[in-house]
Amino acid sequence: MLETILSLAIGMIVVALFLNVYRLIAGPSMPDRILALDTLYINSIAILILLGIYLESTLYFEAALLIAVMGFVGTVALSKYLLRGDIIE
Amino acid sequence: MFEIIIALLVANGAFFTLVGSIGLVKLPDFFTRLHGPTKATTLGVGSILVASSSFFFVAKDEISLHEVLITLFLFITAPISAHLMAKAAIHLKQNESTTQAKSYEK
Amino acid sequence: MKKFKTILPHPLLSIALVFVWLLLNNTTSTGHMILGMILAILIPWFTSAFWPEEVCMKHPLLFLKFVGIVLYDILIANITVSKLILGPNKNLKPAFFDLPLDIKHPLGISLLASTISLTPGTVSCDLSEDKTNLVIHGLSIEDIDQAINEIKTRYEKPLMEVFKPC
Repeated sequence: MLETILSLAIGMIVVALFLNVYRLIAGPSMPDRILALDTLYINSIAILILLGIYLESTLYFEAALLIAVMGFVGTVALSKYLLRGDIIE
Repeated sequence: MFEIIIALLVANGAFFTLVGSIGLVKLPDFFTRLHGPTKATTLGVGSILVASSSFFFVAKDEISLHEVLITLFLFITAPISAHLMAKAAIHLKQNESTTQAKSYEK
Repeated sequence: MKKFKTILPHPLLSIALVFVWLLLNNTTSTGHMILGMILAILIPWFTSAFWPEEVCMKHPLLFLKFVGIVLYDILIANITVSKLILGPNKNLKPAFFDLPLDIKHPLGISLLASTISLTPGTVSCDLSEDKTNLVIHGLSIEDIDQAINEIKTRYEKPLMEVFKPC
């Protein structure tokens, strides 16, 4: 039962990832694209964790943690770029 | 029994994640779009992480606390990135309106 | 007491660092505890230039109660926001409004802004230069005064109690 729910959940998150990619490509302004990228990495954390449960492996947590840290840094750097025109002052 | 709870948490998490992304596509302008990911997605991923933590605790008898760390990190960083993106959007909007005003003056 | 302050400039930060280090390595072995404690002394010492003022928390129990309220609100907020997102766009009443701040402590302000971003249909967007006004965007605001009142009584008051200037 858990396996069917897990495959279903992974399917739902794949749909969510496609929606994010749509906003990333279509997004009329730059902040929209940054927001889409931010959501994309949070959703990819979710799919990695679900894959970890599915395969009963704890190996994926390091990857998820790294994506969380690097994604946050990327979002902050891009927003700073829009605010100031450069990243490092 | 535990399987049902974990399945419910996973389904709940996937649903909220999907709703957040639907909001990202469907809502009309940037500031309303900001609401979907910052809330729905954070709770969605949060409950998936809780499910994973309890799954490894129950099924494999090992305590895995990396999920707690990821959840904490997400809950701390989500508002900060939302704040910065909103600030950038306001800044761009103001720039646009001032340049437009200037071009009208000319 | 003064010696204690030079070795551990931020006791709360040090405790948090040991905790995070143990979570990161997923163990409670003695070696990692000692390594974590060494890091917890060294990191605040090296970064003390970034933290000029000390943070003191009063009423830790009140803070725990505040965290509980916020977690409950996040749960409720998600259900309402999901309903708003899945409903038709016409029902939304997006609005910007200013929240005049009474709280002065910088950490308190940042915590308040974070809780506002995580709870019912509101995102904090900007802080005015003199730190007296917080610009907030609401997804569906019926009555601006009521929204301001709710934030003030529910989140700002307990935070003001917890973070008083030392």
